[in-house]
Amino acid sequence: MYTISKNLKLTAIILMVVGAIGLIYGFINVPSSVEEVHEILASSDAHGHADEAHAHDDEHAEHVFHQLQNKPWASIYTAALFFFLIAAGALAFYAIQNAAQAGWSPILFRVMEGISAYIFPGGVIVFVLLVLSSLHLNHLFIWMDADVVAHDEIIANKTGYLNIPFFLIRAAIYIVGWAFFYSRLRKNSIKLDEGFDPALFKKNFKLSAGFLVFFIVTESMLSWDFIMSIDTHWFSTLFGWFVFASMFVSGITVIALVTLYLKSKGYLEQVNNSHIHDLAKFMFGISIFWEYLWFSQFLLIWYANIPEEAVYYVQRIEQYPLLFFGTFFLNFLLPMLILINTEFKRIPWIVSLAGVIILVGHYINFYVMIMPGTVGESWSFGAAEIGSVLLIGGLFLYVIFNALTKAPLVAKNFPLLKESKHFHY
Amino acid sequence: MSHYEAPIRKPLVTGDKSYHDITVEIARPVEGKANKSWWIVFSIALIAFLWGLGCIVYTVSTGIGTWGLNKTIGWAWDITNFVWWVGIGHAGTLISAVLLLFRQKWRMAINRSAEAMTIFSVVQAGLFPIIHMGRPWLAYWVLPIPNQYGSLWVNFNSPLLWDVFAISTYLSVSLVFWWTGLLPDFAMLRDRAVKPFQKHIYGILSFGWSGRVKDWQRFEEVSLVLAGLATPLVLSVHTIVSFDFATSVIPGWHTTIFPPYFVAGAIFSGFAMVNTLLIIMRKVVSLEDYITVQHIELMNIVIMITGSIVGVAYITELFMAWYSGVEYEQYAFLNRATGPYWWAYWAMMTCNVFSPQFMWFPKLRRSIMFSFFISIVVNIGMWFERFVIIVTSLHRDYMPSAWTMFSPTFVDIGIYIGTIGFFFVLFLLYARTFPVIAQAEVKSIMKSSGEKYKKIREEKGDDANLYEMPEPKTLPDFKKLIAEANSKNDSSDANSKSE
Repeated sequence: MYTISKNLKLTAIILMVVGAIGLIYGFINVPSSVEEVHEILASSDAHGHADEAHAHDDEHAEHVFHQLQNKPWASIYTAALFFFLIAAGALAFYAIQNAAQAGWSPILFRVMEGISAYIFPGGVIVFVLLVLSSLHLNHLFIWMDADVVAHDEIIANKTGYLNIPFFLIRAAIYIVGWAFFYSRLRKNSIKLDEGFDPALFKKNFKLSAGFLVFFIVTESMLSWDFIMSIDTHWFSTLFGWFVFASMFVSGITVIALVTLYLKSKGYLEQVNNSHIHDLAKFMFGISIFWEYLWFSQFLLIWYANIPEEAVYYVQRIEQYPLLFFGTFFLNFLLPMLILINTEFKRIPWIVSLAGVIILVGHYINFYVMIMPGTVGESWSFGAAEIGSVLLIGGLFLYVIFNALTKAPLVAKNFPLLKESKHFHY
Repeated sequence: MSHYEAPIRKPLVTGDKSYHDITVEIARPVEGKANKSWWIVFSIALIAFLWGLGCIVYTVSTGIGTWGLNKTIGWAWDITNFVWWVGIGHAGTLISAVLLLFRQKWRMAINRSAEAMTIFSVVQAGLFPIIHMGRPWLAYWVLPIPNQYGSLWVNFNSPLLWDVFAISTYLSVSLVFWWTGLLPDFAMLRDRAVKPFQKHIYGILSFGWSGRVKDWQRFEEVSLVLAGLATPLVLSVHTIVSFDFATSVIPGWHTTIFPPYFVAGAIFSGFAMVNTLLIIMRKVVSLEDYITVQHIELMNIVIMITGSIVGVAYITELFMAWYSGVEYEQYAFLNRATGPYWWAYWAMMTCNVFSPQFMWFPKLRRSIMFSFFISIVVNIGMWFERFVIIVTSLHRDYMPSAWTMFSPTFVDIGIYIGTIGFFFVLFLLYARTFPVIAQAEVKSIMKSSGEKYKKIREEKGDDANLYEMPEPKTLPDFKKLIAEANSKNDSSDANSKSE
């Protein structure tokens, strides 16, 4: 059995506390009125816009005021969604391994289960944030604002889908559905430790297949709801699969990092460098797949240049150039160059390095998906952003490592376990 | 323990097979003579091919006006067939490359034929970009060759040019990948050949393969590298084909999901074609022990998964058409479902979305008859998918004054039939002259996944010997022999001494 080391527990708690302080500071620091924004704008734009009409200035200040108000909300939302979807990505990977009857990975099943344990708490946090948005505590989703909808015909036409009750019901279905599949899979997996029962093995096989079907549909809808609807006017058919690639590769990366950590602490002795190699191959392959989707979506919209779609990228390239193109390097180029070498894929520190790059890159990917529609050009990395990542990241660490203590780190009696223990590539 | 495999895995080679049996059974169709039904089928395919060739010659010499195209619909059967054939070709590379990367041992019995199918269908696909040109004799202008027109260049912005690079690279890489895998098998045929002519031919084809350790080591490395390259290639080729439509501004064409969705559709239709061909082949050349029901079941599962992905994409497109609020987009889908080509749309929906869902039932997906039926249904559906995307988006778009209809002429249909004929001509010739199963690969999984060896392990444990020790011969009594020899020597010595 695994026990959390005191250091790790302490680290997680410190992260949460520091993160919470940062986030609270971010909320306090939000200007409370448009006048305050005027002052900020005046001090930052010393050269001023003397020629421009005052009315325009007021409008601009109000615009910036809303963006700054959104900033801490968008930060915590990005972090909450990112870690929640990492857990979901890990669960999808677990389900695929089960459904494909993979022979190499069963030794890592408990690690995947541990990471997926965050689905429920993570989902609850995301859901609470969505409820707060629908109570109009923030303006993350402009379509939730009845005033906007009244004056915007395009959004008004979408209210059949984008309305608060239906939105929250859908969100609940995704989160509860995923958590349900997780808890069933986990329960059967632990039951299998008591003694081999072919029926249980089969049950988990079928559950995994069922989950994957449910997942492909709900994941697509989730990405339209939780992310795409922020830029309410914009649409892209590829979007759901693009988000999937992002969460999937992050999930696999976290599996690799947690495995490496546990192994370095002397747990998971039977995990050998071939297992790490396979995980690294998946990190490598899915990174390229993510890039393929990122580029396809971008290229098609850039090429046809239809204004109603292109505006999405215009804003990102103008306001977030470094982050937008940075993901290309962090999520594709660097992982590809680092992980293409067979030897490198077996060296823990190199895999960890690539893993950290991938995770940072995909956080930025989420950031670039969420921020332009919520805070626009007023973005910056400050206490709220960093605090949110630390807060949710600390909670994530605490939850997953706590879940890892609940069951032996290697499942017993799994029919493919022996193959996995003897796996060499 | 190097050959350990969990007992729950079903054997991939059934029957009490030895290495020699594999050799004999795979070489049999090549070494034997074609029977009557082969000649009948071959003749039919050849006639269809010649008829198609006639239609092509007629088109090129008379003009594209012999087809059913009009001023609104500039692409119809030509590009439909092109995309259809390219899509079918993708399963071969998927089976040999992607399944290799995923270490799927079951691919070994089917990869050779799947790759052959790839190459032959890419050849069919390759015809269309040329013959649908108004002036095909200027086709070489698509290549960036320095020339006397002040070095007049091509524009690299067109997906049609990317197609040229994609398809030609795809064909070349697939061909090299296929041929490399064939070397040990051609060598086997060369070594078994009794007639000098055959020996000579297979000697040339096998490039002097002698199967040394170093050769095998490099062979494996090359296969892995090629698989690693072929996988992004297969994705990008069909992606580029999808760009032909998705980069445009036509409602119903311009959508970002096309790249992955076309690829999923390609795997879907390609696996269906592999299933169609292999279900017949295993019977005709009696390879049921290698292409087992499990293989068919697994292909059906792939068909089911990719069919579901395609289904999700259809629904996504429909939803986005509504969600986008773009009336042109909304009309494009309304027109598909209820317009004059409603029958094509619903044929597509029925064949592609509903039919693969039958595969959730184990009884159905393990039934050979049913799999064969569905595999054909899927290919019909995927033809309609391309037809629906191309024609229904073109025949009604922005300006109602340009709305029109499309109906093919006999030349359109004749060329399509001709490519089917040509495909089967090639495939039938292949089945008579090439080893249709990669024997070297199948031999490599015999001890882990062959029924015979799985049984041995089941009886005697995982560490049982998987080979038979030769009967120990009782050694001669050396002491006696030595004594005898000594006594002989002694006597001869004595004799010599006495002399």
